[in-house]
Amino acid sequence: MNFWDYLGSRHQQLLTDAFQHASAVFQCMVVATVIGVVIGVVAYRSEWAGSLATTTTSTILTIPSLAMIGLLIPIVGLGVAPTVIALTLYGLLPIVRNSIVGLRGVDPSLVDAAKGIGMSRTARLFRVELPLAWPPILTGIRVATQMLMGIAAIAAYASGPGLGNEIFRGIASLGSKNALNQVLAGTLGIIVLALLFDAAYVLIGRLTIPRGIRV
Amino acid sequence: MSETTTTTNGASTGAAGAADGTGAGAATGATIELENLTKRYPGSPNPAVDEVNMEIKAGELVIFVGPSGCGKSTTLKMINRLIEPTSGRIRIGGEDVTDMDPVKLRRKVGYAIQSSGLFPHMTVAQNIALVPKMVGWSKSRIKSRVEEMLDLVGLDPGEFRGRYPRQLSGGQQQRVGVARALAADPPVLLMDEPFGAVDPITRDHLQDELIRLQHELHKTIVFVTHDFDEAIKLGDRIAVLRERSHIAQFDTPEAILTNPADDFVSGFVGAGAALKRLNLTRVRDVEVRDYPTVTVDDPLQDIFNKLRSGNTNEILLLDKRGRPYKWLRRGDLMRARGSLARAGTLVHDTVTRDATLRDALEAVLTDNAGRVAVTGRRGAYEGVVDMETLMNSVHELLEADRLDAVEHQHELQEQRAEHTHREQEGADATGEERA
Ligand SMILES: Nc1ncnc2c1ncn2[C@@H]1O[C@H](COP(=O)(O)OP(=O)(O)OP(=O)(O)O)[C@@H](O)[C@H]1O
Ligand SMILES: [Mg+2]
Repeated sequence: MNFWDYLGSRHQQLLTDAFQHASAVFQCMVVATVIGVVIGVVAYRSEWAGSLATTTTSTILTIPSLAMIGLLIPIVGLGVAPTVIALTLYGLLPIVRNSIVGLRGVDPSLVDAAKGIGMSRTARLFRVELPLAWPPILTGIRVATQMLMGIAAIAAYASGPGLGNEIFRGIASLGSKNALNQVLAGTLGIIVLALLFDAAYVLIGRLTIPRGIRV
Repeated sequence: MSETTTTTNGASTGAAGAADGTGAGAATGATIELENLTKRYPGSPNPAVDEVNMEIKAGELVIFVGPSGCGKSTTLKMINRLIEPTSGRIRIGGEDVTDMDPVKLRRKVGYAIQSSGLFPHMTVAQNIALVPKMVGWSKSRIKSRVEEMLDLVGLDPGEFRGRYPRQLSGGQQQRVGVARALAADPPVLLMDEPFGAVDPITRDHLQDELIRLQHELHKTIVFVTHDFDEAIKLGDRIAVLRERSHIAQFDTPEAILTNPADDFVSGFVGAGAALKRLNLTRVRDVEVRDYPTVTVDDPLQDIFNKLRSGNTNEILLLDKRGRPYKWLRRGDLMRARGSLARAGTLVHDTVTRDATLRDALEAVLTDNAGRVAVTGRRGAYEGVVDMETLMNSVHELLEADRLDAVEHQHELQEQRAEHTHREQEGADATGEERA
């Protein structure tokens, strides 16, 4: 059976896996974005809170994802839970870091001007600082998404959803006639998804980055 | 003393400006009083601002000038409490604002800074609308206000409303910055080196605009600069500050130029005080003489006769609209052989009555015959200023300034003497007379 025949015969399963893969990544990204930006907003003003937040999140990143999921299984069991937790944690790092960098990078004279014309702290954050820090934050989100695409494949190890199942099945039956096709289909699926997501981010950037600061 | 204001600002329309420009009920200035204002930054042994006492009158444009790091910005930012004073009081319009909610305070105090401080992600209109929005103006009122402010700072609303700051030149950004600061019609305007980052020519334009604007609006403006020439040009009064914001001298530009309080101030005034004095007087304040003129439509014979009979060996030829065109000498006409086209020298430079004497002197010096034509509406000829007039005027001005200063000093001495006298008598129970 060549690759195309394989795709033809298994497209139903592949589509389901791809959809679940994308949906898991998307949902975890939403959660990671919210948490990451909040952490950034809380931490960026203080030197030590900022470094604490970035060190903690980058420490998480040094844990191999397989190990992380393995560690989570005894605590939360198999299935969706370890996948979601692991993905969210990994997604945090680029978002927290870029939020802090972005918010700290806002020109101090603009913050001074915002204060000077009588903007309250909240108004300053939402009307000036976050909009100006948004491009780097969005970059963080984009990087995180790419990373999660790959990590989500590992989730199949914990019986999680997604294209990882295809890859793991292939690896488990290495030598059988469909093994290579399975690994290939899973991998290509992930790449295609990653490209689609990236295109979506370009669009989101167009729509949400104010025209005055678009590069 | 405030009479000199009118001279400084060119026109002498006085209070007439209040009604035009900004619609009904525009807020004019409020007094600002600083009392023992002190700022001590954590970790530095000396205060950055040490016990400043200052009274700024309503509608006055006061300049803080002094060397870098002397505490100008710190003092200024304490007025809208961007920097919280360590001790002392601030009163605006008689109201003590030292403990007021700073956000509320700042909405009543316009603030414009170097490099404009415009928000790059908002359009010009959005930037200007910020404060009116925050204080709850209606949409339609904000919209018309934005137009009005753009007009006021000399930008065409149709063209600039929808632009982003990066689509503006530095000077235009600065104008929008001023428009934003004035949008909600605050009685007080604080400006921290607002023109510091633009080229000299644009800066000159912006300064002229500010003078014009202040003529219309009569705000109380505190303006920080370290350019003494800017201070002279703009200020009703100048506070020369030395380290820790100690006031070395707080007086009119004329008084500071002609009678600096001490070596520090004269050092700051720099060389050429007399030349700088020329910036404070306008052509309208000196004698503009009549000069024999002819127009291009006059018959040649008349021109000849006029040249021969006049007591000058030169006449001014005006074009069809009465604008200075050429200087004609007797010899020129001989050589021209009956045609005006090639005769005489073209008029290069003219000045208006609003020009400073410095501009006039510049023009006179570059003209090899030592005079410059003064023009009025649409460039039409009004008279001539020459070297001699300028010299005499400057002498008179300097002499008058000197007398003023001496008198002023006498007054101060008398006051002081009286004060000490009263103190000695133990009658100084109030002790508040400066506040
Ligand atoms: N946030 C701060 N923390 C500690 N010291 C400060 C702070 N801001 C200013 N200073 C110090 O206070 C003094 C006055 O500063 P300020 O900014 O008021 O000077 P300035 O007169 O505006 O100078 P420039 O003309 O350079 O703008 C300086 O010696 C400066 O080092
Ligand atoms: Mg300063």
